[in-house]
Amino acid sequence: MLRLEKRPNPSRGWTAATPVLAVALTMIAGGIMFAALGKNPFEAIRIIFWDPLFNPQFASYSRPQLLVKAAPLILIAVGLSLGFKAGIWNIGAEGQYIMGAIAGAGVGLAFYPAQGWYIFPLMVLAGGVGGWLWAMIPALLRTRFATSEILVSLLLVYVAQAILASMSLGLLRNPEGGGFPGSRNLAQYPAAANPELIGGSGVHWGVVAALVAVIATTILLQRHILGFQVRLAGQAPRAARFAGVSPNRLVVLCLGISGALAGLAGLFEVAGPAGQISIDFGSNYGFTAIIVAFLGRLNPIGILLAGLLMALTYIGGELSQFLLGLPAAAIQAFQGMLLFFLLALDLLSNYRIHWTARGGR
Amino acid sequence: MQGEAMAELLAVEGLTKTYPGVVANQEVSFTIKAGEVHALLGENGAGKSTLVKMIYGLVRPDAGRMRLRGAAYAPAEPRAARAAGVAMVFQHFSLFEALNVAENVALGMENPPPMGALAARIQQVSDAYGLPLEPERRLGDLSAGERQRVEIIRCLLQDPKLLIMDEPTSVLTPQEVETLFRTLRQLAAEGTAILYISHKLEEIRALCDTATILRRGRVVTICTPAERSARELAELMVGEALTAPARRDRPRGAVALEVRNLSLPSPMAFGTALAGISLTVRGGQVLGIAGVAGNGQDELLLALSGEIGSAPGTIWVAGTDLAQAGPNARRRAGLVTAPEERLGHAAAPDMTLVENALLSGAARKGLVARGFIDWPKARAFAEAVVQRFDVRTPGVGVAARALSGGNLQKFVIGREILQDPAVVVVNQPTWGVDAAAAAAIRQALLDLAAAGAAVVCISQDLDELLEIADDFAALNGGRLTPTRPVQGLTIDQIGLMMGGAHGLEVAHHGL
Repeated sequence: MLRLEKRPNPSRGWTAATPVLAVALTMIAGGIMFAALGKNPFEAIRIIFWDPLFNPQFASYSRPQLLVKAAPLILIAVGLSLGFKAGIWNIGAEGQYIMGAIAGAGVGLAFYPAQGWYIFPLMVLAGGVGGWLWAMIPALLRTRFATSEILVSLLLVYVAQAILASMSLGLLRNPEGGGFPGSRNLAQYPAAANPELIGGSGVHWGVVAALVAVIATTILLQRHILGFQVRLAGQAPRAARFAGVSPNRLVVLCLGISGALAGLAGLFEVAGPAGQISIDFGSNYGFTAIIVAFLGRLNPIGILLAGLLMALTYIGGELSQFLLGLPAAAIQAFQGMLLFFLLALDLLSNYRIHWTARGGR
Repeated sequence: MQGEAMAELLAVEGLTKTYPGVVANQEVSFTIKAGEVHALLGENGAGKSTLVKMIYGLVRPDAGRMRLRGAAYAPAEPRAARAAGVAMVFQHFSLFEALNVAENVALGMENPPPMGALAARIQQVSDAYGLPLEPERRLGDLSAGERQRVEIIRCLLQDPKLLIMDEPTSVLTPQEVETLFRTLRQLAAEGTAILYISHKLEEIRALCDTATILRRGRVVTICTPAERSARELAELMVGEALTAPARRDRPRGAVALEVRNLSLPSPMAFGTALAGISLTVRGGQVLGIAGVAGNGQDELLLALSGEIGSAPGTIWVAGTDLAQAGPNARRRAGLVTAPEERLGHAAAPDMTLVENALLSGAARKGLVARGFIDWPKARAFAEAVVQRFDVRTPGVGVAARALSGGNLQKFVIGREILQDPAVVVVNQPTWGVDAAAAAAIRQALLDLAAAGAAVVCISQDLDELLEIADDFAALNGGRLTPTRPVQGLTIDQIGLMMGGAHGLEVAHHGL
């Protein structure tokens, strides 16, 4: 019979080993799944993890894509991790991402066709504010009426998607677009574009923002009192009250920060890689970022690595669909397995497992 | 029972039980005779609970044997122990507030008789042993003492040969303790053996025939408590000479804390609302607030610490109205508190001692500058606490949950004391703490008062209050009795204050 015994001190060794072990187990379980689908498991794993980086045929295309896909994941996940640490669950980052993109694109398009250095910074500001405002709805509802921010933020995603469709067809539609839904292409409007900063590397302002966010959050968590309060509120709410933490203030701050960062990610995406506001602009980054946040163990550096890993599975997944004919759903299942194994192994850093004979201890 | 050879009922030989990192019991041997009231004495962590769990079948020993009436006795689970005639009344009751007495008793029985017959049996047994109980009364309406009677009657209905009682008097007023002792003596006279676990030395000297004293998992001695003084028993338990805390006459300073007519609904579901609480404490004064658990102690502490705001004008520290101020504003004004629950409330279990020092000391010790934490300063503060209060820990980088109860409590109280406060309010400062640590904590509180601070000590332990308090009040049903000097207070007066000098008013739940 299995018995769990709480460790007096959390185990450092296991905490470090868990993500590596989770990846290894996912590779094994994923391999079994691919084999069941009739594909060579070793080839599939190689195509997903190795080829995008090192295969001479594809790497020059897929390597820059890594940063492009990872940046929004990391930016959003860093913001989410703050709230998650405090027990504040923002599940609607996808909605905040969309609203930030709409707000930022709207500002940019309002200036069209003017040129000026001030346009892009204003768009960035609008993107952050847009995401922030969208996150304030669940925040205020929670602090005034004690509603669940999980439900409100999640349901607002669907509202945001509806607004996105409406904007693509209405307010933000390109007047010179031949009647098709979608806005002007912002990436081709120099004052509003978010271009590749270093040729061939995939680095754009969003990547820079993601890096800054990782550094800032690391400092916040380790050296700033707000970071301490976030950790305390998540671990021991009664002790947090004793320490003078105001739960409402924390809710507003955490939802606000994650909303703003998600909005920024949306702006960088719409002005860069995506290019325009369209009905299918939302690519589920907001939801995948949740997996990235936990895969990175709610730690900014961990999230940086986890974001890169997740981006790799996206790109590798696309490659394997193309080369092996693996269904898209198999890749999503693979990503879900990663989260599953990680959460299961997480147990080991706080508990020790004992096998005992039946009956009595 | 004089002159009658008492038959041996339970013989325990060489019981040993080890858990990872700690030997709970080592070669424990003793005998209990039929009709004997046998005390099991020891500090927290001495191994009493583990030993008793082995006797009751909750835990299997690693080595050793037990014999019950000559036959080998090794219960695999409590049901087997009960079938063999061993019954146990736990410190924390397993009763359901929504059901009545008869239903609760039935839940604890293997094959309960029909309700009518059961109610009649309950009535019969409760009358026979002087534990009046009505089978139809809802448990939620009963006091702690009455609930304990339900637990006892549940055991008695199974006709036990050995009745184990775990810290039975921690929830009783002095009058209720007397009633319990009469019942236990009656049971003993009828041949039932009683294994009485406690750390209350005067009670054991009054009630028990024999005492087995445990220290660090081993039997130190088996003696007759009536032949020893309480101090000798304490020293046997602790293994070193104890000094009573030095109480000097202290000059009284200005009024440091004043509470005026504080009324507050309870934030907890089954809590007790506070009603019209007023008290005054001066610098250098120790005010003891007694009361059985559940009479508003938690609520009072939450109101004083600032975790709940109160109506303006109800809480004053050195002339400033702090009723609406949060915890850190109160700390800056000189009011610090130490809650009862050390893991989860006073300290975060998974955080290090340094982080826990920051938790409370940030405001008064200047550990945060422009939002950024000064970790070296926080570390120095934690180390100072550990040093000054003899907290046994491998270092300040360990998680709070790794410390023993006594050491963590020393840290929690020490952390508040080292902030040099004007007023300190502590709730149950020495519950679950070994005697040496408890003595150190009480001395620290007295030293703080000697230095001019005002101390409020809320405690269920009357001995503790009588030891350190200058003035005494009792919290009962959310109301505070008028304060009286400890000098000249009798046990009967205290019992009345705790049990309800307000007549038969029911506690105002969830107002």
